[in-house]
Amino acid sequence: MAGKTNDDALFQFLLRMGDNSLILGHRVSEWCGLSPVLEEDIALANTALDLIGQTQFWLGLAGEVEGKGRTADDLAFLRDAWDFRNVLMVELPNGDFGQTMMRQFLYDAWSQVMVGRLIKSGDKRIADIAEKASKEVAYHVERSADTVVGLGDGSEESHARMQAAIDYLWPYVGEMFDGDEVDAAMVAAGIAPDPASLREEYDALVNKVLSEATLKVPTDVFHHKGGRTGYMHTEHLGHLLTSMQWLQRAYPGATW
Amino acid sequence: MYAQLVKTAGTGVKTREEMSDEERNFQDRVDRDEKIEPKDWMPDDYRATLIRQIGQHAHSEIVGQLPEGNWITRAPTLERKAILLAKVQDEAGHGLYLYGAAETLGVTRDELTEELLSGRMKYSSIFNYPTLNWADIGAVGWLVDGAAIMNQVPLQRTSYGPYSRAMIRICKEESFHQRQGYDIMMKMAAGNDAQRRMAQDALNRFWYPSLMMFGPSDKDSVHSAQSLAWKIKIDTNDELRQRFVDQTVPQAKYLGLTIPDEHLKWNEDRGAHDFSEPDWTEFFNVIKGKGPCNVERMEARVKAWEDGAWVRDGLMAHARKKTAARTAAE
Ligand SMILES: [Fe+2]
Ligand SMILES: [Fe+2]
Ligand SMILES: [Fe+2]
Repeated sequence: MAGKTNDDALFQFLLRMGDNSLILGHRVSEWCGLSPVLEEDIALANTALDLIGQTQFWLGLAGEVEGKGRTADDLAFLRDAWDFRNVLMVELPNGDFGQTMMRQFLYDAWSQVMVGRLIKSGDKRIADIAEKASKEVAYHVERSADTVVGLGDGSEESHARMQAAIDYLWPYVGEMFDGDEVDAAMVAAGIAPDPASLREEYDALVNKVLSEATLKVPTDVFHHKGGRTGYMHTEHLGHLLTSMQWLQRAYPGATW
Repeated sequence: MYAQLVKTAGTGVKTREEMSDEERNFQDRVDRDEKIEPKDWMPDDYRATLIRQIGQHAHSEIVGQLPEGNWITRAPTLERKAILLAKVQDEAGHGLYLYGAAETLGVTRDELTEELLSGRMKYSSIFNYPTLNWADIGAVGWLVDGAAIMNQVPLQRTSYGPYSRAMIRICKEESFHQRQGYDIMMKMAAGNDAQRRMAQDALNRFWYPSLMMFGPSDKDSVHSAQSLAWKIKIDTNDELRQRFVDQTVPQAKYLGLTIPDEHLKWNEDRGAHDFSEPDWTEFFNVIKGKGPCNVERMEARVKAWEDGAWVRDGLMAHARKKTAARTAAE
């Protein structure tokens, strides 16, 4: 039986999972109707839909664990920026289509490794969510990897844009593998893996895809942080929340 | 309807005596409700009219993503966001089926896209109206998809096989679109004062533009008569509009909302509602590019197309490299 402290850590862990998919799903949904080809409009909407579905599970469970009666919607629409626990990478603006797809791949690759571990979580509720998400995630990573390869090893311009995308995003990758006392508590309880332990598998996948894409993986190990701890988000998150939360904030208590 | 004011090619319905053997044979097949397939002989004007009509319909699905997309990032709950995303994703899929149907007539998707972006081809006037509050998303599903269904259900029986089959697939999804819209309206109408005000405001702004979706009265038009004879149009614009009004009035009443038409009343003799015509001057203005959002909608499509050029080129270049590598390996 998990004690109070563990439940706090579990709540934080679930926010991290849910906020990643919520914020990335939101960013991807901004492409609606504006992508380079019709097939991409459909595929991006599909990705956003899956991410929002995963959000409902993660944040739903977070609310349950917290035990204050907050729903997934309450958590999504009524928290301010400092209470969000997503990594910085997912809140960055979309940039061009190449940057969006590069970010998607860098996230999908992490998500695939993570979900693969969570399927074996000691907490059945988490294992179940991971199980449900795993098929979607496998499809996402296959698709985003394909696009990264197609554009990286495409025309001169597409190659240059994809190299610029990885150079820009690379300093945000490291945060996904940072660990703290929340992660230590999850490891101790057999609920979730140590983030650092995902890195080897992740690097193998990313290196393989990026080399197929004829792109250079940056070697700088420096990385930004502050998202998953909530200590310091980017300036972009506040603007994202401003539109996302507007109706709920303007008309408190309404049913939609 | 999504294809409005489609100019029918040709000079009007020919008598049997005026028809060539091929034309007579073709008309007989249409009259027997046989489907015309891509490889079959067909009059040039039939082909040209269908390309216009299906193309306009496809463009409408694509441009139609924009007014609803305007609210995806502001949807008030996770579930509403997911439903709206799924709906808009369907519309993109409809565009895909329809471009596919048009391609069987010998025109490519890229050619049709160029026609849209240059302004030579139109899309439904309805998508040139703004979505200003959340109830607009309800009103679009309820009224706009409702009007689209009204038009598309009969088109499942249209004479051109690929078009008919596209319509059958599309109609399956459209009823979900209308239901989700009406469901939003129910929530809004049963909500607080502000929400009821949003709902009424949305109905006020979308009522007449929805009636315009069926196009102007076509009872005197020779062109329309030809399209009816070819069964690429099944009902007249006025028949469809009447059916739409008769279906919608009780739904509005159930919501407790007022349709913005003081002349609207049940006509016992006709067994139908009398109602006011929309402002056709406004309609023709919108068609000519002077609607509230024409400029924004076209700008958004042109920007998406131009910004995406490097992506399409890059993926093509990659495909060519792959093919070359495969050929070299053989
Ligand atoms: Fe549609
Ligand atoms: Fe539609
Ligand atoms: Fe629809």
